[in-house]
Amino acid sequence: MHDMLAAPQGDAATALTPPAQLSRLKAGDRGVIVDVRRESQHRDHGVDDAELERRLLEFGFVEGAVLEVLHEGLIGGDPIAVKLDDMRVALRRRDAADVWVRLEPK
Amino acid sequence: MSEAVLRPARVALVGNPNTGKTALFNALTGSRQKVANYAGVTVERKEGFLTTPGGRSLSVLDLPGTYSLRARSPDEAVTRDAVLGRLAGEAEPDVVVAVADATNLRLVLRLILELKAVGRPMVLALNMYDIAQRQGLRIDLDGLRAELGCPIVTTVATRRRGVRELAEQVDALIASGAVAHENVWREPSAGEIRSAHREAQRILKTYVRPPEHPDTITGKVDAVLLHPVAGLAILLALLFVMFQAVFTWAGPPADAIEAGVAWLGAQIGGLIPDGFLGGLPESLIVDGLFAGVGSVLVFLPQILVLFFFIILLEDFGYMARAAFLMDRIMGGAGLHGRAFIPLLSSFACAIPGIMAARVIDQKRDRMTTILVAPLMTCSARIPVYTLIIGAFIPDRVVGPGLNLQGLVMFGLYAAGIFSALIVSAVIRKVFWRGAVEPFLMELPTYKLPSPESVLRNLLLRAQIFLSRAGRIILPLMVLVWVVSTFPMPPEGATEPAIDYSIAGMVGQAIQPLFAPIGFNWQMVVALIPGFAAREVAVAALGTVYAVGDAEANVGALGARLAESWSLATGLSFLAWYIFAPQCAATLGVVKRETNSWGWTAVMFGYMVTLAYLASFATYHIAVALGAG
Repeated sequence: MHDMLAAPQGDAATALTPPAQLSRLKAGDRGVIVDVRRESQHRDHGVDDAELERRLLEFGFVEGAVLEVLHEGLIGGDPIAVKLDDMRVALRRRDAADVWVRLEPK
Repeated sequence: MSEAVLRPARVALVGNPNTGKTALFNALTGSRQKVANYAGVTVERKEGFLTTPGGRSLSVLDLPGTYSLRARSPDEAVTRDAVLGRLAGEAEPDVVVAVADATNLRLVLRLILELKAVGRPMVLALNMYDIAQRQGLRIDLDGLRAELGCPIVTTVATRRRGVRELAEQVDALIASGAVAHENVWREPSAGEIRSAHREAQRILKTYVRPPEHPDTITGKVDAVLLHPVAGLAILLALLFVMFQAVFTWAGPPADAIEAGVAWLGAQIGGLIPDGFLGGLPESLIVDGLFAGVGSVLVFLPQILVLFFFIILLEDFGYMARAAFLMDRIMGGAGLHGRAFIPLLSSFACAIPGIMAARVIDQKRDRMTTILVAPLMTCSARIPVYTLIIGAFIPDRVVGPGLNLQGLVMFGLYAAGIFSALIVSAVIRKVFWRGAVEPFLMELPTYKLPSPESVLRNLLLRAQIFLSRAGRIILPLMVLVWVVSTFPMPPEGATEPAIDYSIAGMVGQAIQPLFAPIGFNWQMVVALIPGFAAREVAVAALGTVYAVGDAEANVGALGARLAESWSLATGLSFLAWYIFAPQCAATLGVVKRETNSWGWTAVMFGYMVTLAYLASFATYHIAVALGAG
């Protein structure tokens, strides 16, 4: 059900923007989470991919949540602070690669 | 109500972090609280008592905040086990009070769904309800009550509003004979978390109308405080102010405490007739017990000032921002952004720093932080540094506004910080094989701290420090007194009494080990009592060099050292003190916090090794440059 390919393509504007990884977004980017996967490229998390997925979900990174990147750190733009529905969450880019966001056209 | 007389009903407070759960706990129980540890784990157990308006006595547990019963840290495991009634030595709660921030219901609703699965009678406290009203957030309380099937009370914990009603609801729930349903909770899979989110979303949509005037202050403040450049500059400025305050505000009370304790010891010692039992009881009281009490109390002002700032910033919501700003800088060395607070505390004293590492929820990150915390230059090193720098480093201006002595002092601080970063990177490679755990952290909404809660928290910190440190340092000071007093010098002895004691004998026996780093036997003897606490080395050097009242007479001791030691030896001693684990109380606290002699041994081992290598290098380089 969280497969973005199978998701119904609603209005034409959003259908045009392909989903992007949260780890690659910049401050000011806004959108809706379309997919949270378990395919992290990092093998040095100390926890497995399924555990990372559950932690992301528990913090509210869930399909359908509205997200906006608010701030980036000084060095390498890392970590990032995002507004997630009504709350603010900080996370490192390396942990954000599994969250796919369909950006709002600017 | 006979069962109420037999035992108080048990209530557990459960909620997300930053929901004002502890404020509600304080409002409910006031000063009738006790703080301890849960058996076998280093998680604070906060229990309080109250009597409801209906006359029932309640025992309330303030459980650590969590986003899920699927625990990820020792703190969260305690919350899970307490709710499930699995915690050793704890009975399951009669009533669970779910505490929610009324302005941020999404995540807590999912937690509430988990709590419902556990099946214990539950009351929902919608806290910070005043803020929700001010924002124009509308909650259909009757609808939500019917949907969740539990009583709901709106509260403003900081103003004690709704607290009486909450106690009445809990009382009524117990009186109604509500019993626990079958526990159907199990650890949710990713799919189950998703469907719980959808369910929470549906409940939210049905019963909550979004705020008409959402909070905009947090966003505006963050635009400044989280700005990549301005934010870091503000953080550094804040740190500077904190350090100034720690050293200037805490100075006079610390001096007064030290003088007061010494005076009291002398008064009590004076009550004992001179020469009674060879002066031993008097010496035990003055040099053992009172010196021990003094060496604990003297750190209290600094710790209070430091924790005042930390608690204030934490309650305001800033500490998570500081962790955000510092994460990449510390992350390069394998440290968690949250390690920033414990390491900061360690500049006053490693003991509160190591205890503050509990804020880090990942075990590995917490362990790394604990292991490197003693490398931060704690204030007990300052008397030693001051003595040696005063004796060996010329008081010379080396540049505009730069004094050589000040520069060396700065270098010693920098060496501590720099080595902590290197050691934590090595620990990550060696012990964790390079693993870096995920870093996810809520940035709470800014709130004005309540003076009452800051004060209460500050007193709690002071109490915990005194009991932890006191329990370790006091017996140790007595032990050190014993080994530096017995056996007593023979009749007509010419050398200082300590030379004839166990400490003197051990020091002279192991001196050959220290010869390669330029230490003479007097220094090695002084290191033994100096193991009780770093600053004790100053008094111990005074004893072995027979300089009376060395702490009050640092100049005389410094002059004596300058004529007995070479410059190379002085520098080697400074290098030793950057790294050496010359503080048994720290080791004791590490044992308590890690619950492991193994980690304590790792810390002792790596610190002694670094100290020896650093002193060896310093000594030989200095000798080669002609300072031998």
